[in-house]
Amino acid sequence: MNPISTGSDWDFELIERYDRAIATVAEEYGLDIYANQIEIITSEQMLDAYASNGLPVGYPHWSYGKEFIRNERAYRSGMQGLAYEIVINSDPCIAYLMEENSMMMQALVIAHACYGHNSFFKGNYLFRQWTCADGILDYLVFARRYVMECEERHGIEAVEEVLDSCHALMHQGVDRYKRPAPLSLRDEASRARQREEEQRRQFNDLWRTLPRTTDAAGASRVARYPAEPEENILYFIEKHSPKLGPWQRELVRIVRKLAQYFYPQSQTKVMNEGWATFWHYTLVNRLYEKGLVNDGFMLEFMHSHSNAIYQPGFDERGYSGINPYALGFAMMRDIRRICERPSDEDRHWFPKLAGSDWLKSLDFAMRNFKDESFIAQYLSPRVIREFRLFAVADHQRKEKLEIDSIHDDAGYRRVRHLLAEQLTRDARLPDIQVVGYEQDGDRSLSLQHRIFRGRPVAENEASETLKHLTRLWGFAVNIEEIYEVEQAA
Amino acid sequence: MLQLIDRRLNSPNKSAVNRERFLRRYKHHIRHAVQEQISTRSITDMDQGCDVNVPAKDVSEPSFRHDKGGDWEIVHPGNRQFARGDQIDRPNSGSGGGAEGEPGRGGAEDDFTFTLSRDEFLAIFFDGLELPRLIANHLGNVTRSKPKCAGYVSSGPPCNLCVVRTLRTSLGRRIALGAPARDCLELAREQHSRAAAEGADAAVVAALGQEVSELEAYLARLPFIDEIDLRYRNRISVPQPQARAVMFCLMDVSASMDWSKKDLAKRFFTLLYLFLSRKYEQVDLVFIRHTDDAEEVDEQTFFHDTKSGGTIVYGALELMQTICAERYPVSGWNIYAAQASDGDAFGADVSRSGRLLSEALLPLARYFAYVEIPDSAEQRPSTLWMEYEQAGRGQENFAMKRIRERSEIYPVFRELFRKEASA
Repeated sequence: MNPISTGSDWDFELIERYDRAIATVAEEYGLDIYANQIEIITSEQMLDAYASNGLPVGYPHWSYGKEFIRNERAYRSGMQGLAYEIVINSDPCIAYLMEENSMMMQALVIAHACYGHNSFFKGNYLFRQWTCADGILDYLVFARRYVMECEERHGIEAVEEVLDSCHALMHQGVDRYKRPAPLSLRDEASRARQREEEQRRQFNDLWRTLPRTTDAAGASRVARYPAEPEENILYFIEKHSPKLGPWQRELVRIVRKLAQYFYPQSQTKVMNEGWATFWHYTLVNRLYEKGLVNDGFMLEFMHSHSNAIYQPGFDERGYSGINPYALGFAMMRDIRRICERPSDEDRHWFPKLAGSDWLKSLDFAMRNFKDESFIAQYLSPRVIREFRLFAVADHQRKEKLEIDSIHDDAGYRRVRHLLAEQLTRDARLPDIQVVGYEQDGDRSLSLQHRIFRGRPVAENEASETLKHLTRLWGFAVNIEEIYEVEQAA
Repeated sequence: MLQLIDRRLNSPNKSAVNRERFLRRYKHHIRHAVQEQISTRSITDMDQGCDVNVPAKDVSEPSFRHDKGGDWEIVHPGNRQFARGDQIDRPNSGSGGGAEGEPGRGGAEDDFTFTLSRDEFLAIFFDGLELPRLIANHLGNVTRSKPKCAGYVSSGPPCNLCVVRTLRTSLGRRIALGAPARDCLELAREQHSRAAAEGADAAVVAALGQEVSELEAYLARLPFIDEIDLRYRNRISVPQPQARAVMFCLMDVSASMDWSKKDLAKRFFTLLYLFLSRKYEQVDLVFIRHTDDAEEVDEQTFFHDTKSGGTIVYGALELMQTICAERYPVSGWNIYAAQASDGDAFGADVSRSGRLLSEALLPLARYFAYVEIPDSAEQRPSTLWMEYEQAGRGQENFAMKRIRERSEIYPVFRELFRKEASA
């Protein structure tokens, strides 16, 4: 077949033809995607999109202005390039493509975003559980309009105050588990009946003879509210803050919903980027096999692709942690390799995976994991060796750093465990939860910070954040620190 | 299945509102930065943007996060030399082993810098300045109008309905239409009850009863509100007079004004020009420069030409008077003038100028500012200064200032054109 195009210039017709070609190939592999909507934008519009976390619609807030100014300055002075694309988890899946991209780049980005990320958004369990792809755009429009109406009615300053405070607590505004739906009256009644029935069956007259205890501890346990600690501080504020007005509560809710919307993204960076990179690599190679793109295209493609998955070593220039594109891509490819050409080592480490159908296995991995569990499950000794991963222990009581483990037989499991742990949300955020609300007393709120392995919070910022929290709560807020007994990690 | 949209034509300024929010929040810092810029930068560069620094701690958005310390294990790639159990010295840079994995911590203390655009800069630069005593005295072609209440009318849109007025007319109508019937009804009732009591003829009693009920029905039929009762508030638009103003810039370019003095004068006028062209769209500018003869020039010549010669002030003032008479009648225009000179004037010219100023120009002008640029700070006031002081004594619309250095230009300018409310 003839290549679709030869030059580096693109036009709308070519983009459509590439998209059709990629769609055909993607279908061969059975990628399940939302409908695509591709929008071509300029660099200025890309800067705008940056400022609002990549969302197409946002409510006005100074912090977005700050972000915009910072990015614009970095971009204009040449310190920072711009992304080739931004993709939004919505249905239809919206992808923004930069007009400066060459034809090859547009094709790569379409394969990456419109087929890779898109299928990930549709398939991964975290996205399915926590985001609502067909509703998000409407919600964003609602949020924007609501915030602006509040500004008109209550003044820009008042709205800004609430939003500032909510933003400070945004990371503490995320649910990690679904709340149980409230029971209906009938369910409640039937549960009460079951309990009575159970009590009747367990009845033993002997218990009656036990002396009654009148202990104070029992009484105080009942008085405690909430009964269970609540880690979603914004949720607690929204539901229980004694002072907030209805519109302020709604603002808290908007910020909370947005935080929740971004939660799956922060949990699946390695997987999401790895998946998308794997698919743009696989799809474009398939196009090449079919003769739809020429050698020039492929050379340019390989150049961009290898730039994206470049992983500098810890002591090299430009090192800033593990590159999620690189690690994710390596792992996805590795899964395919283990399925297709397993070595003895793989058979030992992944007895079920080795030799299975790679499309099915990869699809299963994409659907049912997040970064933490994905790495814990699939990081193979081979990838650890390729990346030459090693763990450094930094213990505050010890004078020197110590190499905890490296890529050898003794270290594979330990490195894998530590890397998985490093990517959890808990490792990044201090564990701060609501433990008490003096409903009948002075209405003060009690928080508990469980210090894990002696890791402190940044004091100054924490006290600023507490001020924000106090403003939202309206009454005193106390925080106590609890030293957790060190677990054997 | 694919939807391809070209968004490039959409406005790129989606973030403008956020940027504006940011500027609003840091107004204080920005004003401070602008003040600082003014003292350091040359006035000809005023027409540009300006860099503003905001300390990092003021723009930070706090959140609960980990600080350095505690026990961590961090996984890095690219091991070439380490084996398990190796001990390494802690890197002494700020980013310890624990923080290495989290980029962005190191440079967090840098100031936040951004650039104000020219317009934003000038808006703050000229904040609080105004042409004094500007009076709106002209009904121009472009009439601006203002809505005004003008009584009540009997038709209009529902939103303008005036309930009180409507009920007032309704009440009046009901009283007027019902009054005769009510009188008759009273009489008829009396007759009816008397006839019934006296035991009159049944037919008569029935007829009276009929009359009573007819009258009652008539009164009940009177509508509470009729269409003719409706009254609406009337709003008309009244054309508003507009302010038209002309500014005369008079500059001495004689030989005694050496390069540095001319520079000061030009800077002063540049500032004035920027201020007027920015804040008042409708201000005419007349540039007059004079040596021993005065001429009206365009702004290019005024600011950039290097003519030189002797000094006669009177000519310039006279030219201004002529131009006023020809083109800017006092009835339709607010007349302003700013004059800059080193005060070098001789003989009769001084007293003639002073007289012309006090007798002809000051009565015309809303405001006349004289700026003198002396040779040195110690120099005594010039003869022209003393004459003008005499001429302007007791005149509210006259102000004089001396500018010796570049840094004085802006303060003097501010003083001359500050808002009257704050004066």
